[in-house]
Amino acid sequence: MTATNQRTSTVETPAIESESAISSIKAFFRTPAAGAFMGFVAVFILFAMFGYSRNFLSVAGVTTWVNFASLIGMIAIPVGFLMIAGELDISTGAVLPASTMTVAIVCEHYQMPVLVGVAAALAIGALIGFINGYIVTHTRVPSFIVTLATLFAVAGITLYLSIFFINNTNSFYHAPDWAKSLFGGKVYGFNSSVFWWGGLIAAFVFFLHYSPKGSWVFALGGDQESARNAGIPVTRMKIALFMLCSISAAFAGVLQVMTFSSATSQANFGLIFNTIIAVVVGGVLLTGGFGTVMGIVFGVLTLSIVTQAIGFTEIDRNLSFLIIGVMLLIAVLLNDTFRHLATSWSTFKKK
Amino acid sequence: MSDKKPVLEFRNVDKSFGHIDVLNDISLKVGEGEVLCLLGDNGAGKSTLIKTLSGVYQPTRGEILMDGQPALFSSPREAQERGIATVHQFGGTYPLMSIGRNFFMGSEPTKGWGPFKYFDRKTANLVAVAEVQKMGITRITDGDRLVGGLSGGERQSLAIARAVYFGARVLILDEPTAALGVKQAAHVLRIVNEAKRRGLAVIFITHQVMHAMAVGDHFAVLIRGAIAADFRKGEKTREQIADLMAGGESMASLEASLEGYMETHDGLPPPPAH
Repeated sequence: MTATNQRTSTVETPAIESESAISSIKAFFRTPAAGAFMGFVAVFILFAMFGYSRNFLSVAGVTTWVNFASLIGMIAIPVGFLMIAGELDISTGAVLPASTMTVAIVCEHYQMPVLVGVAAALAIGALIGFINGYIVTHTRVPSFIVTLATLFAVAGITLYLSIFFINNTNSFYHAPDWAKSLFGGKVYGFNSSVFWWGGLIAAFVFFLHYSPKGSWVFALGGDQESARNAGIPVTRMKIALFMLCSISAAFAGVLQVMTFSSATSQANFGLIFNTIIAVVVGGVLLTGGFGTVMGIVFGVLTLSIVTQAIGFTEIDRNLSFLIIGVMLLIAVLLNDTFRHLATSWSTFKKK
Repeated sequence: MSDKKPVLEFRNVDKSFGHIDVLNDISLKVGEGEVLCLLGDNGAGKSTLIKTLSGVYQPTRGEILMDGQPALFSSPREAQERGIATVHQFGGTYPLMSIGRNFFMGSEPTKGWGPFKYFDRKTANLVAVAEVQKMGITRITDGDRLVGGLSGGERQSLAIARAVYFGARVLILDEPTAALGVKQAAHVLRIVNEAKRRGLAVIFITHQVMHAMAVGDHFAVLIRGAIAADFRKGEKTREQIADLMAGGESMASLEASLEGYMETHDGLPPPPAH
C-alpha cells in the first residue's frame, strides 16, 4: 500500500528503543527458545558429568550426536513451521526413505548422473508436500489424518516400486567422489550434513524471524480467518509450507544415502516421533502461533544427546526413552509458563 | 437520514439463502464523520448485514453505492481495497505476536534488497505505537509487547487504529463492546469518537443501547431482517429504543409483570418458559 510509505516518514517518534545487552538477554528469556536452551544446557552438563570418563566430550562422542541431530534437525525445523502455522506433518517418515530409494534407483541402477537423482528425489518430496498441502487446504480433514494417510501411501508405493525396479527393498549406492564429499563427506568426524544443517538454520531463522513472510506463518496459526482478511494468501502459504517440509525430508534422504552409501525403503517411524518431540521440546506451541527456530535447534540437540550419546556415559542406555518421556512432559508444562510470561510482560518505564 | 454526502449507501437490499429471506429491503446510508448505529437483538440479521457490508456476501437484490457510484464487492479483499474495514469482536489481532507485527500484518514494511528483504521491526514498532497513541491509548509504549498481554479494549483499539492507518473510509465495528467491561467499553467508545472526528464513516453494530447512544448520530433498529425504525440522535429515549429492539413488545410492561410476579412469589422470578 502506498499510504504506508508516505506516512512512515512523518511519524513523530516516541523513542522507546532500548537495545542494551542486558535487555536483549532479558528478551531472550522471554522467548520460547529459553526453555529449550536451559534444557539443553542441563542435559549437556548432566551427561558431561556422567560421561567425562567415558569419552562423552571426545570428538567421537560429540560427533555421534551432532551428526544424528543434523538429519533430524533439517526436517524438524519445517515441521515446526507447520506446527506454528497450526498444522502437523507426519508423512516425513515415508518421504525420507522414498528419497533415498529414488537416489539409489536412479543413480545406481540406471547409472544416471548424481544431480538427476538428487533432483528426482527433491521433486518427489515437492510433489508429496503439494498433495499434503492441497488436501489439507481444500478439505476440512485435519492435517494429522491427511499426512498419516500419505505416510502409509508413500511407504507402500516406495516398497512396491523398489521391488518393481530393482527387485529389492534395499540398495547400495556409491556416489562419485565429488558428490560424496559434498553431500556425504566427513570433516573432523562431522558429516557434511552438519554443515548443510548449519546453512539451513541460518536460512530458516531469516525466513521465520526476519523476512516479512515469517509473520504470516505465525498469523496462520494465530487466527486463520483474520489472516485471510488481512490479505494473506492462506492456501498458497500452507501448501508452500507442506512442500518445504517434504522437500527438506527428501533432502535429508539425499544426504543420508550419500553418507551411509545405502538406501532402504522401510518407513522411518522413529523419525516422526523424533521430529515432533524435538519441536515440542523446542518450545513450539502445539496449538500454533508461537515458536522459534533456535528453540527447535536446541530441542533437536537435546533429543540427540539423550538418544545417541547415552552410550558414552555411565547412564544406563535403557533409560534414554524414560528421560525423553520426562523431558517432553516437562517441556509441555514449561511452554505454558513461558507463553504466559511472554504475554504478561510489559515495560513499566514511566510508572 | 443525513444531509452529508453518503460514503456508503444500501438501497433496498435483500439477501436470501435459497428461499429463506434473511435481509429484507434494507436501505441505509452513512456519511463522512458520521456514526450509524445498527441495533438489533440476537438473530435479527445483524451478522448477515455485516457480511454483506464487508463483501463476504453479495446482495440478492438491491444496490450498494459508494460515493454515489454503484459498487459490487465480490470479496472482503475487494471491499477492503475500496476502503471498507471491518473489525470483529475478537478478530484481527494475534495474541502471541508483537504489536508492531500485528499492526502491519499482510503489509509489512521491509528493508533490504531482493530475497534479503527483511521485516523492518523498528519502523513497524514506531509507527504502530505512534498510531495507537494518537487514538488515545497512551498505555501502549513498546511495539515489541505481545498483543496477548493487552486488554480487550486495547486490542480493539489496535485493530481500529490499524484500519484507520491503512486508509479505511468506512469502519464497520461488529459488537466491539460486547465482551468488555465498563471501563474498557468506554475506551473503545472514545476511539469510535476519534475515528468519527477524523472523518471516517462508522457503522457501529451493537445490542447495547447505552453504548449506541453515547456515540451514534443516527440509528437503525433491525428486527427479523428488516429495518423497523430509523431515527436521528435525540429523537427517541433509551427505553423506546430498547422496546423497539425487543420487537415492539414493551420492555416496561415486561418488567412490570416480572416485578408483579416476584412480589407474589417471595421474590423469585418466574420459571423459564419452554
